[in-house]
Parts: sequence; structure tokens; C-alpha cells
Amino acid sequence: MNRRKLIELVGAPFAAFGVAVVVSSIVLVLAGYNPLDAFDAMWSHINGTDALIDAINDAAPYYVSGLAAAIGFKMGLFNIGVEGQYRMAAFWAAVIGAKVSLPAVLHVPFILIVAMLVGGAWASVPGVLAVKRNVNVVISTIMLNSITVALVALWLKDSHFRYRPNPADLVPKTKTLDRSAWMPDLNAAIEKIGFHFPANTRLHGYLVLAAVIGAVFYVLVWRTRFGFDLRMSGANPSAARASGVNPNRMIVMTMLMSGALAGLVGMGQMLSEGHLFGDQFPTGLGFAGIAVALLGRNHPAGIAFAAFVWSALETASIGLSNVEIPQEIAKIMQGTLLLSAVVVYEIIKRQSAAATLRAAAETTRAKALEVSTA
Amino acid sequence: MTATVPPETTNRAAGRRFALPESAALRWMIYAGGFVVVLSVLRVVTGVNDLTAGGTFSAALLLAVPILLAGLGGLFAERVGVINIGLEGMMVLGTFGAGWAGYEYGAWWGVICACLFGALGGLLHAVATVTFGVDHIISGVAINIIAPGVVRFLAAIVFVGTSGGAITQGPRISSNTGQFSLPLLSGGNLFGWNTPDPLQRIANKEWFLVSDLCGVVHGLTNGVAMYTVLAVLLVPASAYVLWRTPFGLRLRSIGEKPEAADSLGVNVYLMKYLGVAISGGLAGLGGGILVIENGRRFNEGQTANRGFIGLAALIFGNWRPGGIASGAGLFGFAEALRLRSSPGADSVLAVILLATVLLALVSLNALRTRKYVAAAISGAVAIVIGVYYWQAEVVPTEFQFMTPYVATLLVLIFASKRLRPPAAEGKPWRKGQTT
Repeated sequence: MNRRKLIELVGAPFAAFGVAVVVSSIVLVLAGYNPLDAFDAMWSHINGTDALIDAINDAAPYYVSGLAAAIGFKMGLFNIGVEGQYRMAAFWAAVIGAKVSLPAVLHVPFILIVAMLVGGAWASVPGVLAVKRNVNVVISTIMLNSITVALVALWLKDSHFRYRPNPADLVPKTKTLDRSAWMPDLNAAIEKIGFHFPANTRLHGYLVLAAVIGAVFYVLVWRTRFGFDLRMSGANPSAARASGVNPNRMIVMTMLMSGALAGLVGMGQMLSEGHLFGDQFPTGLGFAGIAVALLGRNHPAGIAFAAFVWSALETASIGLSNVEIPQEIAKIMQGTLLLSAVVVYEIIKRQSAAATLRAAAETTRAKALEVSTA
Repeated sequence: MTATVPPETTNRAAGRRFALPESAALRWMIYAGGFVVVLSVLRVVTGVNDLTAGGTFSAALLLAVPILLAGLGGLFAERVGVINIGLEGMMVLGTFGAGWAGYEYGAWWGVICACLFGALGGLLHAVATVTFGVDHIISGVAINIIAPGVVRFLAAIVFVGTSGGAITQGPRISSNTGQFSLPLLSGGNLFGWNTPDPLQRIANKEWFLVSDLCGVVHGLTNGVAMYTVLAVLLVPASAYVLWRTPFGLRLRSIGEKPEAADSLGVNVYLMKYLGVAISGGLAGLGGGILVIENGRRFNEGQTANRGFIGLAALIFGNWRPGGIASGAGLFGFAEALRLRSSPGADSVLAVILLATVLLALVSLNALRTRKYVAAAISGAVAIVIGVYYWQAEVVPTEFQFMTPYVATLLVLIFASKRLRPPAAEGKPWRKGQTT
């Protein structure tokens, strides 16, 4: 049984990765490129310290987004709306964060709390609609994603929110946050232990926040009553209901938490990089988060690994320009990795279910034999 | 016993004061006629002539068809019980197929390849969901992630180096699928004879209702791309296939109760594969029309979430071809108004006035039936929108962008009891296992 668990845990992701490598190799060969050249170029790019630091920095928002999706998946609730929720939260965090002036120790937490509140509130809309009007969460979150894009674009043009010191300024954006709201990077702390950063590289302070969120996620889901109810609702809804879990309350609570986590997704960009919300604010983090959560099987450690692989593939693909192979092969690798991973996980799930059944049958037969011989 | 119609369904229609005719085609004509009457009244009241101009309606048709095809695609998947969130990705695949084959071999090959590429996406979805039992939403999300990557990769290989082509943009497609105008009414060609165009003449007279009706019909029947004609014909074709053929009965039975279909000897896996592949093919066609008729070339991000709007049209239309068509028509009309609105004669503002009036009527009706909360809510919203109407000069384009999504949410919130999705939708099925 333990060996089976180990194979599941380690073997499955590697099998999926293998499939992704094979599929992308076939695609490359069909397109007339040498796959070995491609993988070599990718490897030699990611093998440098600064590229690795980029990959780690970029992995952090994927990680938080993955956690936001995972908490819903844990109870079989598909919050496809992380994409919209983090956008909504980042916009209001930027607007409100720029309005207040606070000392640094308070300013960063203040913005984080605003983002969590906005994200949670916006995510609770589909939650309440699901409970009160029986509206499918997948559909309502998809609709709300597009509504969010339009709403935020509308507000960003509004003179109340748009920062436009120079009327000739055509790109809509909010006011840049005060210095007190900038998250310090980790370079100084890490250089103390003897690691030297190459010039112009920064390890974002947001990573610490992401790690803390991961730890809280673990405790919340595996070490609290709420987490137990959550997992039970996902594994067996009728058993959960029978044991007194209120499914409606669970849906709203889970959406709130998922949204609050989603609110933090954009904070890496907000507090460690751009310090404002504008047209260029990254998109797609929410959908990547869904992918990362599935790859990491909804476990904080797995999601961390998956988020790193996801962003490492993206970073490594930059190396492909040296050998004139389209960088988009990385996107194909990500996609096939995701699809083959979910297929492999599904096959394993079926096999282990069959194994459990077989084991149970064996035990019953052994017991029956015992009884009959006695 | 099994074939008897429950008595209340027959009596209900007779019991109503204004019973709608039984024939679906007649009913739809009445709806469409009512729509034109409302619009022409609105035109006279607000003086915005664009509301019933032929140009608005031909633009609306062009914008509605991609949504329509995506919606029909969703219909075929969901009727075999497979949720297809991947419509957007399949449309993206279709845009590439059309952009590439349309440029290389001509417009009609573009249409065929758009369909084939979309169907490949559908097959991928079928392999994941039907054979391996992966959750439908997960597989759909994965396809939406994979498709743009695949297309970008292919575009980098195929389009870079062609004239006017780049990684985000294909070369211009020189041919099209041909145009069609209705002979005798809209100036079409009949056996080499250029027939007159009476509808256009009447439309220019600005007679109330008559000119409006002629303008609308003229816009919908003059110079329509053959691709669009094909797409529109797919609506009755889908309805016929799904509800009037044994094949359609099998498809639908699998979306309702796969065990029952299986016990009667229907090959559930095969039917599911076919349904999802058809779904992908239709979505691909929807992407293809954006390339061949709307944009005349492949552009990255061309689908602009129309796959999701198609999904919205599917729900809005209650999983029926006619409903999907009306949903797609409404959404396309909203988009056309946005493209044609200008300060001073903003057609969208006119529609907002209509919304105010309708909401006020809803509020009064709720008051009459003593639903005071509903009356208060709709009354308050009517007042807010009314105030907005008197205040605003131009409606921000974002409002029209939101229209399909908000409309679908409202339908889901207020009319979900009337919606009837296929019963076995989204449930994984394995032969010999009842879950």
C-alpha cells in the first residue's frame, strides 16, 4: 500500500511530464526542428541564477492562485472566477492603497486586507447565487470574469480613480502606491547567509507571503474542523450532510476563502513590482492557477512544485529564441502536461479504487473461509 | 400509458387568454415581429434611425453568427451530457484552420479546415472526458489553455514570412465564400437577371413600421455571406437532427439517461464522441467565420471570449436551437449597436429607455400580483436607469460588452426554474457502472 502511494505521488507527475516531453518532441519534429536542440536551449537558459530567480518570482502568484482554486476543488466547487476576483481585488487595493498614508508596517498589511476583503466579497456573489437561486458556480463565475474585465476597464477610465497628472497621458492607470506600501525584497536577508545575487536581480518579498499562505492553507484544510468539513463535503457530500455539515454554509464560506486568496494573487505585482494598477496588469494568472492546482493535486506542497514547473517552463522558453525555435512550444508543453496529468491521476484513482475493492473481497473471502473451517 | 400526453399541458395553452400557436416556426415569427414593432416604436420616440436601419441588422447578423455557432456547438456537447467549457479553445483552433487553409487554398477550404480543427479540439475533449473520465470542467479549462498555445506555435511556423503575416496575424485571405441576396425582394440575382430591390426603396421612405420592417428584412437578406447562410441554416438543421431523427434521439437520450440508452443497445461512448466532435466542429466553424468574413485574416485573440458568450447563449436559449439563435441574435444586436452608436444619436441609449419602460411594466405587474419586494426592486432599478437615460450623453462601450454576460446571469437568477438542462449533464459515465 505504501509503495503504491509513493508511486502515485512521485511517479504520476513524472509520467505526465514524460508525456508532455514526448508530445512536444513530436510536434517539434513535425514542424522540422530538432527537439534535442530545443530542450538543450531551454535547459541552458534556466540553468543560470538570474533566470532561476525570475522563475521563482513568477511562480509565487501562480502558487497563490493555485491555492485559491484548490480550496474550492477540495469540496468539489469549481471557482473558475479567480481570474476576475484577483483583478477586482487588485484594482481596489491599488485605488484605496494609494489614498491612505500609513507607516510601512501598517500599509502593506492594510492593502493585503483590502485585497482579501474585495476578493472575498466578489467571490461570495456566485456563492450566494448558488445557494439562494441555485445558479451553477462554474457558469456564474465565467460570466462574472467577463463582467469584471468590463467593470474594471470602465472604472479605470473614470476620473475618480484614474491618475492623470499629464492630460497627454493616454494609458489609463491608478496612482503609484507610496514607498511605504512597497514590499522589501529578500536580497539583503539572503546575502547575510552568504549567497550573492547577480546584478539587477531581486528575490521578491512576496515569496514569504506566498509561503505563509501555503502554511495557513495546510493548517486550515488538514488541521481544523472547517477543513475536515470541507474535505468531507468534497469526498462524500451526502455523508457530510448526514453528519450535520450545512452544505449551503460550506459553499458560501469556501467561495469567500477562495476569493480572499484570489485577492492576494495580484499582490506580488502590486507590492513587489509595478506598484499600480493599469492596462498592463497581468492577466491569465487565475486560469494558470487552476492548472497549477490540478497539477499539484490540491496539496500546498504539490502546488508549490507545480507552480515552479509552470513558471520555469515559461522562463526557460526564452532560451529558445537563441536557436530560432518558436517559444510557444512551452505553452504546448504546459497544456499537455496539464491534460496528461489529470488523465494519469484519473487512471490511478480508478486503479486504486479497483485495488481497494479487490483487497476488501480478499478479506471477506478469507474471513468466510475461517468461519467455514472453524 | 407511455405515450399519453399529460392533460395539463394541452389544457394550459387553451386556458390562456392569448394562446401562442403550437407550431414553433409560427411562434418564432410572432416573437420576431413583436421585436420589430417595439424597435420601430422606439425609433419614432427617440429619433434614432439606426435602430431599424438595414446596416445595423446586417452588422448584427455578422456578429451574431460566431456566437450562434459556438452556442450550437455547446448544444451538441451538452445534449450528450458533456459540459464544454472548451468552446473558446475550439473556436481558437478554428480561427487558425480558417486563416491557414483560407489563405493557401481559398475561402471554402478555410471553412472546412476551421470545422476540422475545431473537431480535433472536440475529440481531445472527448478522449479526456469520455474515455478517461476526467472532469468536464477540468478538461475544458485545459483545452482553453492548450489551444492558444498550439495556435501561436503553428502561426509562428506558418504565418511568419508570408506577405503581411506575423506570429499574431495571418496573411490576408483574398477570396470569400460568395454573397447572397434574396431575389425579387432584396435585389438578388435570378438566373442572371438582376432583380429590383423593392425592400431598400420602402425602407428609405421612413413609413412607420412598414419601412422599419423592410429595413430589417433588407439588412438580413441583402449581400449576406454564404458562410452566414450556411450558419443560419444550421439552426433548423440542428433542430431537425436532434429532434426528428433516430440519431438525434440517441444523442439526446445519452444526455438524459445514459444507462437507459445503453440498455437499449445504443453505443454510448460512440455517441458521446460524435456529439463532442460535432460540438468542436461547430465551434471551429464559429471561429472560422470571424476569420473569413469578419476579419479577412487570422488575428490572435480574435475570438475575444465569444466561446463563453456562446455558452451564455446556450443557457439563455434553454438548450434549444431556436433559443440559442435568439440569444445569439440579441447579443449580436447589442454588439452591432455599440459599433454603430455615435454621440447624439446613441442607439444604445434608446435601448436603455426601452429597458426602463419594460422594468416599470414589470414593477407594475408585480404590484398587481402583490409581490411587493419584486415590485420595489424592479421599480428602483427602473428609476436608476431612467435617471441615467436623462443624464448620459454616450453609453460607455463597456456596458454593451457586459450585456450578454449580465443577461445570462439575470436569466439564471430569475428564470432558472424554467431552464431545463440535460439531466445527465456533467456526470461521468462508465459502461456497467451505475453511480
